[in-house]
Amino acid sequence: MYQASDLRKGLKIEIDGEPYVVSDFQFLKPGKGQSIYKCKMKSMISGLTLERSYRSGDSFMPAELEERKMQYLYHDGENYSFMDMTSYEQVSMSESQVGEARHFFLENLEVMVLLHKDLPIGITLPNFINLRIVSTEPGVKGDTVSGTTKPATLSTGYVIRVPLFVDQDELIRVDTRTGEYVERVKG
Amino acid sequence: MSRVEASRRSRLASLLPTLRRRAAIITSVRCFFTERGFLEVETPLLLTEPAPEAYIDLFPCHGAFLAASPELEMKMLLAAGFPDLFQLTRSFRREERGRLHAEEFTILEWYRRDRDFRALMLDCEDLLATILQDLGLPERLELPGCPPQVLRPPFRRLTVEEAFLRFAGWSPLRHFDQDRFDHDLVELVEPELLTPTFLHSYPREAGSLAKLAADGSAERFEFYLGGVELANGFSELTDAAEQRQRFEAELGLRLSLHKEVGSLPLRYLELLQDLGPCAGIALGLDRLVLLLCGKHDLREVRATFE
Repeated sequence: MYQASDLRKGLKIEIDGEPYVVSDFQFLKPGKGQSIYKCKMKSMISGLTLERSYRSGDSFMPAELEERKMQYLYHDGENYSFMDMTSYEQVSMSESQVGEARHFFLENLEVMVLLHKDLPIGITLPNFINLRIVSTEPGVKGDTVSGTTKPATLSTGYVIRVPLFVDQDELIRVDTRTGEYVERVKG
Repeated sequence: MSRVEASRRSRLASLLPTLRRRAAIITSVRCFFTERGFLEVETPLLLTEPAPEAYIDLFPCHGAFLAASPELEMKMLLAAGFPDLFQLTRSFRREERGRLHAEEFTILEWYRRDRDFRALMLDCEDLLATILQDLGLPERLELPGCPPQVLRPPFRRLTVEEAFLRFAGWSPLRHFDQDRFDHDLVELVEPELLTPTFLHSYPREAGSLAKLAADGSAERFEFYLGGVELANGFSELTDAAEQRQRFEAELGLRLSLHKEVGSLPLRYLELLQDLGPCAGIALGLDRLVLLLCGKHDLREVRATFE
């Protein structure tokens, strides 16, 4: 159990049965008065922000969160399915739950799924993954320095900006945090 | 040079001008009080009988406690017949950590015999003007988070009742509610005190160690500079029986809050009988340095690389 004095940015606590992350925190104390812990918190499920003030003596349960390694299976048109690689248990998440990560889902991709009381609420991709370009305009040989880019469609359907020298069918490394091209990969 | 070393040197470089100004402020403070006939004292940091405070938690230390304030020690010296006193000292308060709070901080505390809290307000005005002059700072200053302002005394005097009626819409003097008082003070009243202000005449329940005035309010004030609570002064309570009751109330409050409860400072209560009228004030020196250096966080004004 956490006490009010444990509150700090980044702490994850359970409020009204929902996991919240403290996004902003201020310690206030009027002279000779009580400590006031003023928090802004973001729901890890809805993303909505909540502002609350606490006093010393208030206590909180840590958010019941668990991260599990899972494999991406398929998209059935509505939900995305994953399988726990140790228990073979399957979970599914909606498009809004997986967010931008969906642009990089390859079959069998290993991801970390965040669960709250056994219900999936979020996903973390590896920082870098390799994806194949399925279509782009033909490459311009020798143009390895210019900053100009062109659109390229990845095997997942995501359209990314790549340098002019990159060709169709080539494998590229993508930074999943920014959604940007990093480099060409042999193979 | 390693990266760690480079980062250490860069922090040192940005800290140095702040610490130079801090040292100049301390020199100015010492001159100010010495010239006015105050005696500088150093009272013990290890205390066996600290003042009972409902909302201040102490650091226990081998059967004693680190001082959270030099208040009782200095008043015992006054009771023993010492003249006007001042002290620059460290104080320790557990679990107070924030932009304007640190568990270890520096207090400037001073006492005037045969004076009341109004005299201390004048001291604050004179002290600030003197420091600005000694540092070669202009009267027109831009304090962090405030529009530029001219720091020329006299500063605004506002009673707690006026301030709460104006900014919070109720009077804590007519009906006191500790939770609502603390909350509204920091949320509604303090943000309105951007120009230098003496907030004075507190509800007796928030009177701490202050004497009561004829109207029943406590002769206590807080000096706000740049929206920051900088100093807390009282006409000191010298009635030992009343003081004992207030200490007992603080201990009772700690008990109800399930906090560790200390004992009554009996030696202080005994000596208090000899204490004549006097007024005392504690000023957060780190906060003053923060304001005059245009910094945002106490960690930026202390000689540490934390």
